[in-house]
Amino acid sequence: MEKFNTHTDQAIPLNIANVDTDQIIPARFLKATDKKGFGDNVFRDWRFDKTGKSVSNFSLNNPLYSGSILIAGDNFGCGSSREHAAWALVGFGFKVIVSSFFADIFKGNALNNGLLPVQVSESFLTHLFSAIDKDAKTQFEVNLETQSISIIGTDLSESFDIDPYKKTCMINGYDDIDYLLSKKEIIEAFELQKNY
Amino acid sequence: MKKTLFDKVWDTHVVDTIQDGPQVLYIDKHLIHEVTSPQAFNELEERQIPVFRPQQILATADHNTPTLDQHLPVKDELSRKQLAQLSKNCNKNNITLYELGHKYNGIVHVMAPELGITQPGMTMVCGDSHTSTHGAFGTIAFGIGTSQVAQVFASQCLLLSKPKSLRVSVNGKLKNGVLPKDVILYIISKLGTNSGTGYFCEYAGDVFEKMSMEGRMTVCNMSIEMGARGGMIAPDETTFEYVKDRQFAPKNEEFNKKVDYWKTLPSDEGAAFDKEYFFDAADIEPMVTYGTNPGMGIKISETIPVNNDPSFLKSLQYMNFEAGKSLINTPINFVFIGSCTNSRIEDFRVAANYVKGKHKAKNVTAWLVPGSKQVETQIIEEGLKDIFNAAGFELRQPGCSACLAMNDDKIPQNEYCVSTSNRNFEGRQGQGSRTILSSPLVAAVTAIEGKIIDITKQLN
Ligand code: SF4
Repeated sequence: MEKFNTHTDQAIPLNIANVDTDQIIPARFLKATDKKGFGDNVFRDWRFDKTGKSVSNFSLNNPLYSGSILIAGDNFGCGSSREHAAWALVGFGFKVIVSSFFADIFKGNALNNGLLPVQVSESFLTHLFSAIDKDAKTQFEVNLETQSISIIGTDLSESFDIDPYKKTCMINGYDDIDYLLSKKEIIEAFELQKNY
Repeated sequence: MKKTLFDKVWDTHVVDTIQDGPQVLYIDKHLIHEVTSPQAFNELEERQIPVFRPQQILATADHNTPTLDQHLPVKDELSRKQLAQLSKNCNKNNITLYELGHKYNGIVHVMAPELGITQPGMTMVCGDSHTSTHGAFGTIAFGIGTSQVAQVFASQCLLLSKPKSLRVSVNGKLKNGVLPKDVILYIISKLGTNSGTGYFCEYAGDVFEKMSMEGRMTVCNMSIEMGARGGMIAPDETTFEYVKDRQFAPKNEEFNKKVDYWKTLPSDEGAAFDKEYFFDAADIEPMVTYGTNPGMGIKISETIPVNNDPSFLKSLQYMNFEAGKSLINTPINFVFIGSCTNSRIEDFRVAANYVKGKHKAKNVTAWLVPGSKQVETQIIEEGLKDIFNAAGFELRQPGCSACLAMNDDKIPQNEYCVSTSNRNFEGRQGQGSRTILSSPLVAAVTAIEGKIIDITKQLN
């Protein structure tokens, strides 16, 4: 996993609530047996119409917007546990997703793939959307060390929560398997004396 | 200290606690299927890590399998490759696999309980969000991502922070024709799709105590649709009776010993929950959804609420429904009875009981997809197949099928499907398809009528 520290970039807005993982990556693209190639099909049915034509006013297609930060509506990533959703977002080039609420499994999947979910208050989310509305070139800074997100060129910023263990993992580029393997002996001892 | 059912099971499985961090939770059973496991196997192979406890893993092929001609090679090349990959990975790592056609094959959340693999007091995971189904047994069961599948392969453990606890109590007597599916659709319509995020939910009260195991599975299955990681119901005589004598259940003395332990699991009287909700069974009626998330549900006799939120309007536009209108008399061309929510024998009995002696409407295609080979056999042996055939319904072979439409079982563009599955997301049952979630009874009635009708009138 890549190390994550600070990240500054423009953002793409997706002002829709309850974006589920079926929209992020529809089921018909789940037949692959590796992690590559999902980025091309992220939000497939919102980016392309039935005839395969690009939907020009969908924000990910709109040339006005670019960047590796996605700013999304409330309850992002609900639905299926498919990690393919995180792979698709990472594959498309996103490094940070900002929302006022994330579904549990999606949040874990994102963190396991070096994609940082930043949960902000509803009012700050409104600020983020209106900043892009005013100027699509607005830059945002996400600092994992200080756990803060700010709108560059303004004094608007907010701090966000992250599990301290996950934070260490992201900053150092470790993953859970490394940690769990280091605990093998304790796990084996647990197996021997479990009494349920 | 007084403990909840969830506390008791969780606490006995904690191997270690990281200061200011998550806990290492031991996993008793790991279920896998073809779609979310290949990348996990790859990862282990790349890092040269062996599978730690292959005997605690069980595999089935379900998501991507055809429901016709299962004895023939799978036509779709990518699906065939994904299934072959699963067989190869299981072989190589000594993991038991019930492949397509095996007498134990089926949807992972139908076949495991039916084989007695799911037992009270266990921890179970699967790379599938509806793993919450197994909570019906008083099991901590939840869906995980593929990175976590790899973690469990490597260590039989997961790093997790303990979720908060939530209890939903429903007391009183359910009305005629109100099924477990209606109960959970009702709860989600009241609480919304993210009320459970960060929580594990326990369902309590007379309604769940009186429910069969099949019904409890339907309820726990949809816990994830209100955002909860899992749902649980305290094990009782109904649970023990169900588990007893199943293929992989403990036998004789060992079973009795287990039952003694299982009896200690229900939440202590007065144990504290972080959040509680109470509902009255008498207020629940047969339910349908009108939107594109499972929280957008109404009683079949009600009208679609009026709301000016842009996401709400987008959803209605997708469904081509109008706020303030009723769904009664909406013509329906597709009916799907299946999925890990409602594809157990009881579900088909309910449907057959209604359908008997009637015939489906001309315009309707009605698919019945059993959850497992065993359910399929039961349908045939109990004579339900003949009833369905006579009524013009099509009984297919087991699998996830039109629940997620990864195989050929797709609902066409713009068509409505009254479906017993668990998700009505945009395009879930095929690109541009429109899903209305319901109980197997409402689905069966719809197939006969060719449109949605107010069954509460018939039931009274
Ligand atoms: S039936 Fe549907 S919800 Fe259940 S496991 Fe299969 S795809 Fe998932």
